Formats: sequence, C-alpha cells, structure tokens
Amino acid sequence: MNAEAVGKTYAPTVYAVGREKIREYAHAVGETNPLHLDPAAARAAGFRDVVAPPMFCVVYSSQSVAPALFDPDVGINFALMVHGGQEFVWGPLVVAGDEITTTVSVKSIEARAGNGFFVFESQSVNQDSETVCTGTWTNIVRGAA
Amino acid sequence: MNPGDAIPALKTTPDRYLTVRYAGASGDFNPIHIDEDFAKQVGLPGRILHGLWTMAQVARAQTEAAGGPQSLQRLAVQFRGMGLPEAEIEVTGEVREVRDGVAVIDTRAVQNGSAIIRNAEAEVRLPTIQE
Repeated sequence: MNAEAVGKTYAPTVYAVGREKIREYAHAVGETNPLHLDPAAARAAGFRDVVAPPMFCVVYSSQSVAPALFDPDVGINFALMVHGGQEFVWGPLVVAGDEITTTVSVKSIEARAGNGFFVFESQSVNQDSETVCTGTWTNIVRGAA
Repeated sequence: MNPGDAIPALKTTPDRYLTVRYAGASGDFNPIHIDEDFAKQVGLPGRILHGLWTMAQVARAQTEAAGGPQSLQRLAVQFRGMGLPEAEIEVTGEVREVRDGVAVIDTRAVQNGSAIIRNAEAEVRLPTIQE
C-alpha cells in the first residue's frame, strides 16, 4: 500500500445535467415524485426544470472517481476490492440544465485488520459555485495490508 | 417526526433486468452486475445488485418519509454482503434525535433476513410547520 498518494487531486470533470437523464435515473431507482419526472410539476414547485434525486450525485460524480480508482499510484487490486461504505452530504438541489464540476482527491489510505482502506473524496459544485454534493467513497481491498 | 418514531417501511423487489437498466442509468457497467456467467466465474451466486442502487432505496425511504428530495442533507452507509435481483428488499428506520429541525435517522436495507446496508445514518430537514 502506498500512502504517498494521500492528498493527490485529479483533474476536475464537468457533467451537463439533462432532463431525460434525470428521468432515466429516477425510473431506474423507482422514484415516483413528479418533481423528478414532470417539468410542469417541477416548475410549479419553483424549480427551473426537473429535479435530480439526491442519489443522482452518483451519475455526475462517478466519472471523476474512476481515474482515482485506476491510478497506479494508488494501486488498488480490483479482484480483491469491495465498496465498503459511502457517504454523501448534499447542498442545493441539482436540476436539469445545471453544469456540475467534480474534483476528486485521495483522502486516506490505511491498513486495518489486514485489509486496505482506500478513501476518496469528491466535491461537486454547480455553475454558481455552490457545493451541491460532497462524497466520501470507502473501498476495502481484502488482504492488502 | 420525534425521537423513537419509525419511518414508513419501503419495500421493493428489483426485477430480473433492473441491474441492466441501472447500469445504463448510472454508467456502472461492471460485469458482476449484468453478466450472469461472468458473475459466477468470479465466485458470486449470480449477478448482484449495485450497492449504490440499494443506497438509492435507502435514500428514497428518507425523502418519501420527510416530504421530498430537498429534505435529505446527508446519508452515510456501510455495504455488507450482496443484494440479489428478484428478492424483496425492505428499508426501515427510526428517528434517533431531532436537533435544529433536522432528524437523525438510523436506517438499513434488509434482504432475505440479512442487512445488505447496515449502520446507515440519514439526516433529514423536517418541513417547517405553518402556523
């Protein structure tokens, strides 16, 4: 395990949030709230367009997490990796038409009970520089330590 | 919502092709989720659910209980074991405390008697009561 990668930050990625992508995601996770599906209902509630479910953060931030997971400096053995834990903290809601910029960094690399704990942090901001989501991604590599 | 209150249970059964739809919606095409043969080759019982899909069910239980997507401020979960298609998942939760209009909820997702998401904690902002 290479703790020297802690603090490493990756190039930001930009994700343009589309109405149909929100609806596709909402259907896949079983959301029925019209705020996610019906632009008229969203506008009536004061939003510019359909609202992304909070967990849509996975869609706009995971493309930024991938380069960190595959970084040889981090050195994760995928055959032995499991997604151990996940935390998201949300700010203002994301709506269709937003552009979300996500930056990922290596938060910690630690050995615990013979396993490797690789923790990444993602920070996603909208076009108004508001933080819409902070993610903490914990991946466990069995027997890595 | 007051301390000790349970949130309404959310029950959902992912159908046979759910993981394919979620792969497309999320962009996570790891073959352990969509390729039965591949999943078995790497020692799994078959295709398994995406953990983040199951987390989305935990999130949905909170937003449906609290009145909409704007209520959910934070969700932290631990994944254990694996979720499978075509078996019911139940999300339950109880309010642990309420401070400054935010309820802290202990929550989990159970399938076939085992918690596939456990030790989860949600923070939801409660609707302001109109006088």
